[in-house]
Amino acid sequence: MWSFFHKLGSPPWLYDIAGSILRWLLPVTIMALLVGAVWGLLFTSPDFRQGNSYRIIYIHVPSAVVALAGYYVMAIAGAVSLIWRMKMADVAMKAAAPIGAALTFIALFTGALWGKPTWGTWWEWDARITSMLILLFLYLGVVALYEAFDNKEAAGRACAILSLVGMVNIPIIYKSVDWWYSLHQPASIKFSGESAIDSSMLYPLLLMIGAFYALFTCCLLMNMRAELVQRESRTAWVRKLVKQNGAH
Amino acid sequence: MLLRRQLSLAIRRPIEIGNPLVFFAIVVAMFPLGIGPASEQLAMIAPGAIWIIALLSSLLTSDSVFRSDFDDGSLEQLLLAPQPLYLSVLAYLCAHWIVTGLLLALVSPVFALMLNLPAAAVGTLVVSLALGTAVLSLVGGIGAALTVGLKRGGMLISLLILPLYIPVLIFGTAAVQAAVSGSPAGPFLALLGAMLSLAIALGPLATAAGLRISIDA
Repeated sequence: MWSFFHKLGSPPWLYDIAGSILRWLLPVTIMALLVGAVWGLLFTSPDFRQGNSYRIIYIHVPSAVVALAGYYVMAIAGAVSLIWRMKMADVAMKAAAPIGAALTFIALFTGALWGKPTWGTWWEWDARITSMLILLFLYLGVVALYEAFDNKEAAGRACAILSLVGMVNIPIIYKSVDWWYSLHQPASIKFSGESAIDSSMLYPLLLMIGAFYALFTCCLLMNMRAELVQRESRTAWVRKLVKQNGAH
Repeated sequence: MLLRRQLSLAIRRPIEIGNPLVFFAIVVAMFPLGIGPASEQLAMIAPGAIWIIALLSSLLTSDSVFRSDFDDGSLEQLLLAPQPLYLSVLAYLCAHWIVTGLLLALVSPVFALMLNLPAAAVGTLVVSLALGTAVLSLVGGIGAALTVGLKRGGMLISLLILPLYIPVLIFGTAAVQAAVSGSPAGPFLALLGAMLSLAIALGPLATAAGLRISIDA
């Protein structure tokens, strides 16, 4: 148990273990994405109100779900690196931020594409859309703060604090945006009720959500490996690695 | 002690106290120029406009809360001092609130009249600004502490801090709008007070941790 934690602190060990996880997780992820996309896009029946345009749900919902979860991954990794001074948690936090930002952007972008045919508008100041936009700003803040520091160790700790502050604030922001939305009572949006989603649509959606989680993990591990090599570029194990890869 | 030092420092540079107020007045003047002088239109946007201007002036000034003391090294001394950093940070931010937020809240009736806000809502505006700007100072302190060591912190701090200002903006304008429409504003003011107590409890902790990082870097 303890030796596992000690090993987690060792960059070459983490680099190797991330590599061996990726070796099987990456093909599984690609398969799941392909199966889910083909299943969702080609083999489900069109929605009787929205026709075929609803099919973007298979990209939109998974990216939104994982974007939200990604912030917690980032903040928890930040807390771990602050409390136990674990360098690898710092690497994980730094790796998670751009992926989360990208997923949030995808969720917003596909939401706009979906909104045009169904609501008749690209953008609506709806509570959930606004919250996602704020989440994007929070992610971008962490990325920008990290880039602004020259000393990368301080950058990691500063970002950890910022993401923790963000985590405390996310529930408050969400609740207040919800409140704001119900206070202002905007023109009612005709959001066709999908509460009773049919199981033939639900299963591919669940598969896609799982696939996006796996995709997030893959991207995280790949980003972490790249970051590790970059940080440790002066050490013996990275030189050995470069030599090995140069040989064949 | 520290609070008195910060305040007397501020009083000796009256221009720095005056600047946010002048900024406030100029931006208020921009609204009729940009939107048109029709009074009912101005009254409609007045709560939001005044709150957003207060937000921006708090943001612009919070960048400099720690900067001069960081540059001349007295911040480092403060970190080594025996008294808890939590209280010192609270004193800094309290001074910032008094010279920007509280002052803004006190002069805000003038600007409210300029934007044609109904007189019934002016009292609520002052109370909500006084409560809300205290939260803004405390949250802004976190951003200021994290960016104080950076050369180009000014733009960055707005990216870090503005998303965290959103709840204050929502409840602050909601309180004023409730007062305009004649419904009770108490619940919104209570929520602002709740946010203030949370910010007093947690904000200086994050600010103190941020200052330690900035000094180390």
